[in-house]
Amino acid sequence: MFYDEKIETMSRAELNELQLERLKKAVKYAYENSAFYTKMFDNAKIKPEDIKSLDDLRKIPFTVKSDLRDNYPFGLNAVPMDGIARIHASSGTSGKPTVVTYTKNDLEMWSECMARIVTMAGVTSKDVVQISFGYGLFTGALGLHQGMEKVGAAVIPASSGNTERQVMLLKDLGATVLVATPSYALYIGEMIEKLGLDIKDFKLRLGLFGSEASSVEMHKEIEKKLNIVSTDNYGLSEIIGPGVAGECSYKDGLHVNEDYFLIEILDPKTFEPVPDGEYGELVITALCKEAMPILRYRTKDITRIIPGICKCGRTFRRLDKFQGRTDDMLVIRGVNVFPSQIEGVLMEIPEVGGQYEIVVTRENYMDKLEVSVEVADSELLDNYGKLEALRSKIKHNLKTVLQIEAVVKLVEPLSLKRYEGKAKRVTDLRKF
Amino acid sequence: MLVNQIAVFLENRAGRLLSLSKALSDAKIDLVSLNIADTSDFGIVRMITSDNEKAMQALKEAGFVVKENELIGIEVDDVPGGLTKVLEGLASSDIDIEYLYSYAKSNSAKATILVKAADLEKANKTLKELKFI
Repeated sequence: MFYDEKIETMSRAELNELQLERLKKAVKYAYENSAFYTKMFDNAKIKPEDIKSLDDLRKIPFTVKSDLRDNYPFGLNAVPMDGIARIHASSGTSGKPTVVTYTKNDLEMWSECMARIVTMAGVTSKDVVQISFGYGLFTGALGLHQGMEKVGAAVIPASSGNTERQVMLLKDLGATVLVATPSYALYIGEMIEKLGLDIKDFKLRLGLFGSEASSVEMHKEIEKKLNIVSTDNYGLSEIIGPGVAGECSYKDGLHVNEDYFLIEILDPKTFEPVPDGEYGELVITALCKEAMPILRYRTKDITRIIPGICKCGRTFRRLDKFQGRTDDMLVIRGVNVFPSQIEGVLMEIPEVGGQYEIVVTRENYMDKLEVSVEVADSELLDNYGKLEALRSKIKHNLKTVLQIEAVVKLVEPLSLKRYEGKAKRVTDLRKF
Repeated sequence: MLVNQIAVFLENRAGRLLSLSKALSDAKIDLVSLNIADTSDFGIVRMITSDNEKAMQALKEAGFVVKENELIGIEVDDVPGGLTKVLEGLASSDIDIEYLYSYAKSNSAKATILVKAADLEKANKTLKELKFI
């Protein structure tokens, strides 16, 4: 299913032409209207006219998250407040949040991007969609909300929290689609079991679970628990919010809305482009933004372009499942570890639940990785031997994937913290 | 005689055993026997109670994960050698014991040995043949 078949299946040559035309415009617009970009271009001694081809994009310096913080709240803006229609902010881990702004046209473009994403996931006007993202400054809820409305689906703006009530709404209002973070979707699934309800009495058929990096195995676990097709989608507020990329029904990578977002995959050390198929940091240039232009934004997200054409017929290239943000990457005893790798290992072991916690400490100058996971299979409960065997199996599988030893802690079912929004499963207690 | 035992997975965390005990006392359950071993970060509490059904209900409501299973209960004379005789009997039939605990009431001359055997049926049959139960 397509929202805009003509655009989504246009030839690469036509797409590149459109991208170049839009890029030139975007660069000129940013230089002339955003004080931040005027200064950046002047400092780098480049002019908008220097951008003559898509490759010339690489002449432009990167924009990074701290640029947004340093110019808090509106320093990147290219239009006066008169033209601003919406202000969102993302939670900052420390200090001030990152503020992003939208004109009316931006909101329209965003809705269109979202409409394409939800359509490619399989949502139609017949669907009833429960949005269990926290509404508010977070771009996730309103982004999905606008897209769902644009395709004509019935939206239940449930927001997050009060999980028992979420379950009641899902069931009583006959929701067919659920929007949540993957962690919250899993929690909702657990709550349905805990309340003794049968998932067959629900009409759910599809899930759009984004806003945090999630493993293929996690989506499989959600599919099993909620008896649905679980799809991933991607975006970040600095670029627009959700709506940058999403999975089609073939679920073989996330199609990027390339007519609006120019993507680069760069080696995070050298910043040289990597060939298609190889992992690197995703850098995005927004081609049609008015309120807050953004050029070559370093997402810190590690992914790769999946080579080849998707069976769905879209020509928009696909990003592979995200390994996580470079910010999330843990360096443990010199080895790079992504929490998503740990999640992948745990999800493939049926005797343990979907929730986990990772704690990294340093003892006697040695890093220690501790993974807590819930025992889900009550058949093991009466047997130390089986529990120890389970612990060894988890340790072994983690070692195989991560190349380092982990301490595995088995904990009681339903004892780890559940998350209604983005999960915070990693605690790094090391002092550097 | 087959005896129903309740097993609870318990994290080695301050106050967990207390919560378990409290859940049982609040439900007015009497513990006939309780057994817990020390391990690094979790343990299995095994117990025989005055009312297993009620006990399981109370523990589940308190958020514990509970499993019920069967043990063989063997009543022996509470004298030196009481356990040895039973073990000799089991050993002679090559029956593996996974774990075992016992209880004796202070005003009784009998003690009860509770055995978890790898092959419950075989153990039960052997002990019957040997007239232990």
